[in-house]
Amino acid sequence: MSDVTFISHDGEKREAPLEEGASLMQIAVDNMVPGVDGDCGGEAACGTCHVIVDDQWVAEVGRSGPVEEEMLAMNPEREPASRLACQMRVSENWDGLVVRLPEFQM
Amino acid sequence: MTEGRALVVGASHAGVQVAAGLRQEGWAGEIVAVGDEPALPYQRPPLSKAYLAGKSSLEELAIRKAEFYDKHDISLVQGTVTQIDRAAQQVVLSDGTTMAYAGLALCTGGRARSLSVSGIDLSGIFYLRTFADVASIRAWAAPGHHAVIVGGGYIGLETAASLRALGLEVTVLEAAERVLERVTAPEVSSFYERVHRDAGVVIRTAALVKAMAGDDRVREVVLDGGERIPADLVIVGVGLVPNTELAADAGLLVEDGIVIDDLACTSDPRIVAAGDCASHRMARYDRLVRLESVPSAGEQAKTAAATLCGKERPIAALPWFWSDQYDLKLQIAGLNTGYDELVLSGDPTRDRDFTCYYLQQGRLLAADCVNRPRDFMKAKQVISRGLDVDRAQLKAARAS
Ligand SMILES: Cc1cc2nc3c(=O)[nH]c(=O)nc-3n(C[C@H](O)[C@H](O)[C@H](O)COP(=O)(O)OP(=O)(O)OC[C@H]3O[C@@H](n4cnc5c(N)ncnc54)[C@H](O)[C@@H]3O)c2cc1C
Ligand code: FES
Repeated sequence: MSDVTFISHDGEKREAPLEEGASLMQIAVDNMVPGVDGDCGGEAACGTCHVIVDDQWVAEVGRSGPVEEEMLAMNPEREPASRLACQMRVSENWDGLVVRLPEFQM
Repeated sequence: MTEGRALVVGASHAGVQVAAGLRQEGWAGEIVAVGDEPALPYQRPPLSKAYLAGKSSLEELAIRKAEFYDKHDISLVQGTVTQIDRAAQQVVLSDGTTMAYAGLALCTGGRARSLSVSGIDLSGIFYLRTFADVASIRAWAAPGHHAVIVGGGYIGLETAASLRALGLEVTVLEAAERVLERVTAPEVSSFYERVHRDAGVVIRTAALVKAMAGDDRVREVVLDGGERIPADLVIVGVGLVPNTELAADAGLLVEDGIVIDDLACTSDPRIVAAGDCASHRMARYDRLVRLESVPSAGEQAKTAAATLCGKERPIAALPWFWSDQYDLKLQIAGLNTGYDELVLSGDPTRDRDFTCYYLQQGRLLAADCVNRPRDFMKAKQVISRGLDVDRAQLKAARAS
């Protein structure tokens, strides 16, 4: 089975099974990954599903789109590879994906 | 005391988050969420938006997938709790069964406020609170039909937009002088009246409904002055009544909602409450506030779960809310009650993106951001941290 690894700000790793077609936010909350809130249920309205895609994966996963960009722009923990997990549809090629979590979801 | 059964009454946004939070915080015993709706817990906000417009299915609305509950050993029980026996630490269900608890969370939410006018029981008149309500509305609504919506709050206006998308003619009747009167500045109300009129919705303000008239079904809505507005269906969206009877009967303190402190404790420290049913004494506003929003239900629920597990995680997040109508995404940070100054960025009489900032004695209290996610995120930070604001900077187009 394919997995995604979430690395917390403190470096703690949490693996979760990937499910094609689901959003990465859904996968995080279904597996109770601490540090991903998903308060708006995936509407790109809250910004509490911020993840930072591991450098190696940026090309495969892609960068943030315009809506995410707007939501992330004001975030002090924003990095070039920042994404909103609710806007990331899991693809079958993502086995082994690694994302980091910010210190705070805001 | 994380042994034994944790019992959650109500299985929606707050209840599911309490149950999940209990596991996350280390509750070792059984976790049972009792809810009276015949469906896997689902998200309510899309009911007036994508789901009403037919753009999503009930399955897609699930707050958590069915497997989630199995995986984390959370039992969902369909039933109605009718009584809490605090002395015996047990609840009674409508079928007479009893369930003991070691920890109890009340997440009973609310029900649609009914309109008490004659003819209100005619068929073709609906409320909008549950997926079952939407199923009835969708079965009844047909393109070309005339829908009359009573109430120009967020839910009424979202419903208007969704019904337009389904091809209905729509009239919104608002009793106050303007739509959204309780929640926004006049400038924002005018903006929404304009965009709805542009979309073909008839908005009538200062329109007091006196009666519903019809035969085997509703045909007309009768206004106070005697005017009769033809209607094929009527949707009533005049607010929410919190479900507090259970708590009040058990002797818990209720003031509008079930009164809770910063740790989500009710007047009985062994019972917590969260969500639309709860009135929280908020230091930030120095009063009891009963919020009706998913983020606040989630925030209070996380605290409630921690409290039951013997941890301290005070309710802290700034209240916020969102609403989708047409191509407009409104995000609201903070509560604007008590504002003494408005600063507008953008022109709501002309644009489709602007921000309305609410200040009190020079401090930012709240912001209504229409298609301005950057302003929203910025405002959230400024308000939460009590940072100083520069009016010229606020006014300047879009945060940067
Ligand atoms: C159409 C609509 C659109 C909305 N849009 C937004 C939005 O865009 N953004 C936003 O933030 N919020 C929105 N809201 C508000 C949001 O849905 C509520 O704040 C949220 O549902 C509150 O969750 P809750 O769990 O506290 O209460 P509820 O969702 O009301 O759930 C309470 C549950 O408990 C059950 N229950 C009650 N009493 C008992 C009992 N005795 N025994 C068993 N079960 C019981 C009820 O049947 C219900 O299922 C919207 C609401 C509606 C109706
Ligand atoms: S879940 Fe709210 S922005 Fe992603």
